Amino acid sequence: MNQLFTFSPEEVTAIRLSLRVAFWAMLCSLPVGVGIALLLARGRFWGKSLLNVFVHLPLILPPVVTGYVLLLLFGRQGPIGKVLAETLGIVFAFRWTGAALACAVMGFPLMVRSIRLSLDAVDRRLEDAAGTLGANRFWIFTTITLPLILPGILAGMILSFARAFGEFGATITFVSNIPGETQTLPTAIYTFTQVPGGDIGALRLTLVAVAIATTALFASEGMIERATRRVVGL
Amino acid sequence: MLSVTVEHRLGGFILDAAFDTEGGLTALFGRSGAGKTSLINAISGLIRPQRGRIVVDGETLTDTERGIFLPPRRRRIGYVFQEGRLFPHLTVRQNLLYGRWFAPRDGRADDIDPVVEMLGIGALLARRPANLSGGEKQRVAIGRALLARPRLLVMDEPLASLDEARKTEILPYIERLRDAAGVPIVYVSHAIAEVTRLATTMVVLSEGHVAAVGPTAAIMGRIDLFPLTGRAEAGAILATQIAAHDAKFGLTLLRSAAGELRVPHLNLPVGTALRVRIRARDVMIALRPPEALSALNVLPGIVTDIRRSDGPIVEMLIDCAGEALVARLTRRSVEMLHLEPGQAIFAVIKSIAFDQHVFAGAGPPPASADIDTTLD
Repeated sequence: MNQLFTFSPEEVTAIRLSLRVAFWAMLCSLPVGVGIALLLARGRFWGKSLLNVFVHLPLILPPVVTGYVLLLLFGRQGPIGKVLAETLGIVFAFRWTGAALACAVMGFPLMVRSIRLSLDAVDRRLEDAAGTLGANRFWIFTTITLPLILPGILAGMILSFARAFGEFGATITFVSNIPGETQTLPTAIYTFTQVPGGDIGALRLTLVAVAIATTALFASEGMIERATRRVVGL
Repeated sequence: MLSVTVEHRLGGFILDAAFDTEGGLTALFGRSGAGKTSLINAISGLIRPQRGRIVVDGETLTDTERGIFLPPRRRRIGYVFQEGRLFPHLTVRQNLLYGRWFAPRDGRADDIDPVVEMLGIGALLARRPANLSGGEKQRVAIGRALLARPRLLVMDEPLASLDEARKTEILPYIERLRDAAGVPIVYVSHAIAEVTRLATTMVVLSEGHVAAVGPTAAIMGRIDLFPLTGRAEAGAILATQIAAHDAKFGLTLLRSAAGELRVPHLNLPVGTALRVRIRARDVMIALRPPEALSALNVLPGIVTDIRRSDGPIVEMLIDCAGEALVARLTRRSVEMLHLEPGQAIFAVIKSIAFDQHVFAGAGPPPASADIDTTLD
């Protein structure tokens, strides 16, 4: 029984790496997610439905395909990866940053969808009212629109985090499964199941995954409820 | 002060309206679909008219020929919406302060207290809009628009979504606003009782066009506009002053240029100026001074115009010592009495006809009647 709660250093590393990857994946996709959601909810431009399909692609494609496309684009010899490496020194291939990128891409449609739905629900007449009171577009967005869609943003962040935390296919395809660098919790579980006597380690990490996911869900429910109460003003 | 010319096509509806007005409260009156809201949306910049020119206080806000279109936030026009549109995530105080924050610094009100006090919303400041009654919401909405220091206030049927009791609650605040705040108001309404009580100037809209513009009393006395102002409630407006109270019978004596009127007791001090709407349907006509009659109010006058029609109802205009009265009679009565323009008659009005709906509040008399009251 004791053995169940004794984590090996590799396991601790995998848990911490998973948390770090999911956190950064969520945080970095947040501003882009809000921007794309705004574009899809409010924008009127040619190719809007095309953009919509493109954003949702990671949701419908096999994760391995997404990972492979990322490898082609962001790999050391990929058109984007090469430029980034040469100009800014940013390397994704086989680094934890690559895992974060893969997770961000996989969680992105969920985040955009959640924010867009809450944007659609905003009463635009309130924004008109703010305009007659002297607010410009920036202030209307920050003081009226943003607070009103806060529940949707929080929900989107949680969905993105959860998706990133559990991401497997795209990550392992894009950045492989290097202990200490790209071995996240799901890939570590996979590794354990492939070696003799790894059952106990797999079980330990599974329990951790369950615990983190449940905690995140509880926390988010509470936050969303509080934010919603604030928005409807009760 | 405000000069509006707007041409705008919305689907099959064509708005083609122009009017000028000087301060006070200007009512845009007309049925639903007459184009009232589109017109104030054009004034406040929420819609951009296809052709038009809008000038407030000498500043051009819209001029399609010169390519001028100021966005709403630069117009400094306070807008009180029909549904209030308070920000649900902010408290009443934050709602009130919202526009003040963007107002020009030199013209910024130092203190929200006078407005809060005028509107009686001091106890609500910490609350959220969701916890307010309809009437409270509208008062907060008025305060919010006012604290943005507008040079013009537009109100889109602010009482339409409220019940009678709430309307009665808010009307005095709007009167106070008209008389004390010094901000000109454009007030959209399809309720004649509200308009006659509040408006100094009336713009009658019909199917996107301006049918008439003028001082409220003059417009209300025009029988040719009755189809638009609403036959059932239509009537002339009389500027009066409270002359005395009769405690024994519970009556109040009103004095006007047309004569004296006895009405059910009004809880207002002697000397108060009061506008009274005398509904055309409440006026009877007698050829001789009536005797043995229960009606208390008999005003001598001369028939000036009879608007005949083929229907059973005839409307006529009566001149009572310079004040216009209107009467609605059956065509049969008009023919039996041989009524003709120029004929001297007596207009008879029951005291009971003066219910709460006809009193236009203790505001200043309409512009056209100013001279009559200052003579008293």
